[in-house]
Amino acid sequence: MAYQVSIAGLAKSYDGKAVLGPVDLDIEAGTITAIIGRSGCGKTTLLRCLGSLESPTAGTITVGNGEVVTTDIGYVFQEPRLMPWLTVAGNVAFGLRYMPKTERGLAVQEALDVVGLAAAANLLPKQLSGGMAQRVALARALAPRPKLLLLDEPFSALDPFTREQMQDHLTHLHAHYGATMVLITHDMDEALALAHRVIVVSGPPGLITGDFKPGLARPADRTSTEFFAWKRRLTERLSNRRPVPEYA
Amino acid sequence: MRRRKLIPRWTVGLVVPLLLLGIWQVVAAAGVVPSAILPSPALVVQTLLAMAQSGEMARAVGTTSLRMLFGFLLGVSVATFLGGLCGASITIRALLDPLVQALRSVPSLAWVPLFILWLGIFEASKITLVAVGVFFPIYLNLVSGIANVDRKLLEVGRVHGYSAWQRMIRIQLPAALPAYVVGLRSGLGLGWMFVAAAELLGATNGLGFILDDGEQTGRPERVLAALLLFGLCGKFTDGVLASAGKKLVSWQDVVRI
Repeated sequence: MAYQVSIAGLAKSYDGKAVLGPVDLDIEAGTITAIIGRSGCGKTTLLRCLGSLESPTAGTITVGNGEVVTTDIGYVFQEPRLMPWLTVAGNVAFGLRYMPKTERGLAVQEALDVVGLAAAANLLPKQLSGGMAQRVALARALAPRPKLLLLDEPFSALDPFTREQMQDHLTHLHAHYGATMVLITHDMDEALALAHRVIVVSGPPGLITGDFKPGLARPADRTSTEFFAWKRRLTERLSNRRPVPEYA
Repeated sequence: MRRRKLIPRWTVGLVVPLLLLGIWQVVAAAGVVPSAILPSPALVVQTLLAMAQSGEMARAVGTTSLRMLFGFLLGVSVATFLGGLCGASITIRALLDPLVQALRSVPSLAWVPLFILWLGIFEASKITLVAVGVFFPIYLNLVSGIANVDRKLLEVGRVHGYSAWQRMIRIQLPAALPAYVVGLRSGLGLGWMFVAAAELLGATNGLGFILDDGEQTGRPERVLAALLLFGLCGKFTDGVLASAGKKLVSWQDVVRI
């Protein structure tokens, strides 16, 4: 079952300089939540705190019932971060060390099938294109069947066509795995096409200045008037740096 | 279509040695330098043939190679163990690294009297001297290879719940492999230098002994023959190690020129 996330009074500072918060946010189980904001606004710090890569200066994060194991949380970084000495299959198996060997093989096979890379199992990372490498990273995060998947601008380095393909892919993956997903992005199209809920963060220090539930049909029609209207609304919210929350 | 090279690449490396050989032959034949100082290449080849026929070459190469092998294995083992420990633990590095760095500054030959006093004049002191030469480059490369692993890869281990030890085994050690291979090759090169030094200072056999014997008896052709054999041994072992290392780190995404 997917995890819900509850963030209360979360703040982070480096050397006394506040970069995030305080942030209060509840994320429903099984949803995709996009967090958008300008570069350097603190959204990645928020995700890193969720993924236990940073310790918050203040506040609490409760994932699920509070008794969570690390394999229940998947993380996809901005870059693929594949182990260059492991094959594609080896990289996907990286997070499955606790599984018996036979089960592990099946889990790797399934994750590679889902991202459409079954034929590339024996290739090395240096033989992959950027899009393929990012799909392997996605498969690596999905293979342990996480209940919460954190995605830090996972498609930002890809060309527009591959990016759109990957976004469609993520929608299918969400339908297949049903994990709660938190997606950091600065691409409004991506946020609107994928997420049930869009959180706008402005900063630093990163503060929530908008919280929207666009309720667009999925897959979203990116040429619809509604889509454009939401995009304009988000643009206005992003350009307005006043920390005044707006709720829809 | 890929063009097939008319001349194999390895032959290019022969151009300069053959050119020098030609100049050497001309200078020797012209009598510009007395043969007691610079014998002709032909005389050196004759000496090598004579050494091969009498079995002296096989004995000398065998003895030196064995000293080199044992010293190399000893140096590699200690450097890998200590380098792994110091790379993995900041505390152990803080404890041991300053001492190792200080010892690195001691000139190689300065160890000889101590090793002879402690280990005698036979094989143990020579093997230990080789091990000292081999140790430092391997240790330094391994420590820096482990300690400077990309933080981003380590974070992947963290998000997958790997402990510090598991990150060491599954990420840091494989990532340090290219630096380790470089260390092994540098160590091997220094090993050959140290084995020559050890044999020059007190041996009754081996290539270093032939060097010393050539000097003592005024036969430069023997000195040059031994130098040539040292060079060939070093080049051969480095070639073997380079080829094995290339296979080990074939996953690296680098341009091989």
